[in-house]
Amino acid sequence: MPRLTDLQLSRRVLLSGAAASAAGAAVSPRARAQAPASAVPAAIATSNVSLTLNGEPREFELDPRTTLLDALREHLHLTGTKKGCDHGQCGACTVLVEGRRINSCLTLAVMHDGDRIVTIEGLGIPGNPHPLQSAFVKHDGYQCGYCTSGQICSAIAVLGEIGAGVPSHVTPDLTEAPELTAAELRERMSGNICRCGAYSNIIEAITEVAGRKA
Amino acid sequence: MRSFTYERASSAAEAATAASRMEGAKFIAGGTNLLDLMKLEIETPSHLIDVNRLGLDKIEPTSEGGLRIGALVRNTDLAAHPRVRRDYGLLSRALVAGASGQLRNRATTAGNLLQRTRCPYFYDANQPCNKRKPGSGCSAIGGFSRQHAVLGASGSCIATHPSDMAVGMRALNAMVETVRPDGSARSIPIADFYRPPGETPHLETVLEKGELITAVSLPKPPGGRQIYRKVRDRASYAFALVSVGAVIQPDGSGQVALGGVAHKPWRVEAAEAELPRGAKAAAAPLLAEARTTQANAFKLPLVERTLAAVLAEARG
Repeated sequence: MPRLTDLQLSRRVLLSGAAASAAGAAVSPRARAQAPASAVPAAIATSNVSLTLNGEPREFELDPRTTLLDALREHLHLTGTKKGCDHGQCGACTVLVEGRRINSCLTLAVMHDGDRIVTIEGLGIPGNPHPLQSAFVKHDGYQCGYCTSGQICSAIAVLGEIGAGVPSHVTPDLTEAPELTAAELRERMSGNICRCGAYSNIIEAITEVAGRKA
Repeated sequence: MRSFTYERASSAAEAATAASRMEGAKFIAGGTNLLDLMKLEIETPSHLIDVNRLGLDKIEPTSEGGLRIGALVRNTDLAAHPRVRRDYGLLSRALVAGASGQLRNRATTAGNLLQRTRCPYFYDANQPCNKRKPGSGCSAIGGFSRQHAVLGASGSCIATHPSDMAVGMRALNAMVETVRPDGSARSIPIADFYRPPGETPHLETVLEKGELITAVSLPKPPGGRQIYRKVRDRASYAFALVSVGAVIQPDGSGQVALGGVAHKPWRVEAAEAELPRGAKAAAAPLLAEARTTQANAFKLPLVERTLAAVLAEARG
């Protein structure tokens, strides 16, 4: 379909033109964001983002609307991180940013310029899985597997949070270090929904790995 | 999501000036509520000012013996701070009662105060809602109103404020510190921070155009037993039906704020004189102005019973 090719070409020209005009309006050199909105939104200027992904430096251009989740899946083709609700309710998109778990669907990629990001792909590989990945297999911590990468990223951070003394809703005494109990794990994992209902096996998998560490 | 332009602010005053000059500009910090609403096109900013790198992420003692909490301190970090856990346990408890671990890692102190209601009609762009579209009507009045306000509401809006943290801040007499576009700073008692819905439920706080929250400060620790009790439909990761944040002294006096019942944390200082006489005596003046629907009338006895549980815990 030559017409389609023409259209794509002309759109690309339009985009590059808009990006060039945006450079002059940039506020800071790192946030190369874009021209003020004109009356006719002809094209979307892109922003440049550099980050460290699973230990590798990565750089890309994207529409500032792109969430970190969409940047990972659609731009960097790392589809281990899942899109469930896309509204911060299910936890399937959980990744580690600067060592902390967050919902990658509720943050813009452009806000993470310079950040270190770890996804499920950075934790282990089939021949050399992360201990939590092995424990999820051993304890049958999933059925369909869609929530699993989010569960595992979240669980890694949960063990870190307990170790760092971050209190939870079920911590009995705020002035004491939280303990590694099933009640603590259940409460802290409540932002990761599993519609197959593998919760008890997930808690067993995390408990085993936590015990091994202790 | 509608398209927008993006900039990273380099100082709080510059951010305020930029926001006041550009129509449709909004600040973004944690983004956990704003991006949710932008995806639904309930929020449609044409320009985002990223304030994440302004360095407003410190917790420092004040010269009056209190604590100054930077606007960008994440909810997790605030709840876990040793001084907050020791001296303002109510605030720690309120924070960890809200949202999920992932959201608390991202959500900020100022953003938590400014989050929008979770009224389902506000979220459903196909329904009339005076808060989302001024003058369009209120679907919650006469609709499903089990979650809605029983205090302070108007004929235009019966939405509740969803924050747990704000309830703790209200009971602890927090002050909201801001910078305005002209560079001047001011301090707003949290009691005066939220506007009643009246005929203009889309105007939620007293902040002026471009005004940026820089910190929230707490007076010196009130001591006493500090308790936050939240009643919700499931044990974790749900908004409050009713919550009670309280500081109760050994003599039975104290400070009490309610969540889940109004457009703001609800506190009636005059009602606190009744606290030593028990929950029934204190709840009566607290709830004196209540107006309920058939679906949310349960919140009145629930407030009294939750307060009774809090007072019993404080005595025990």
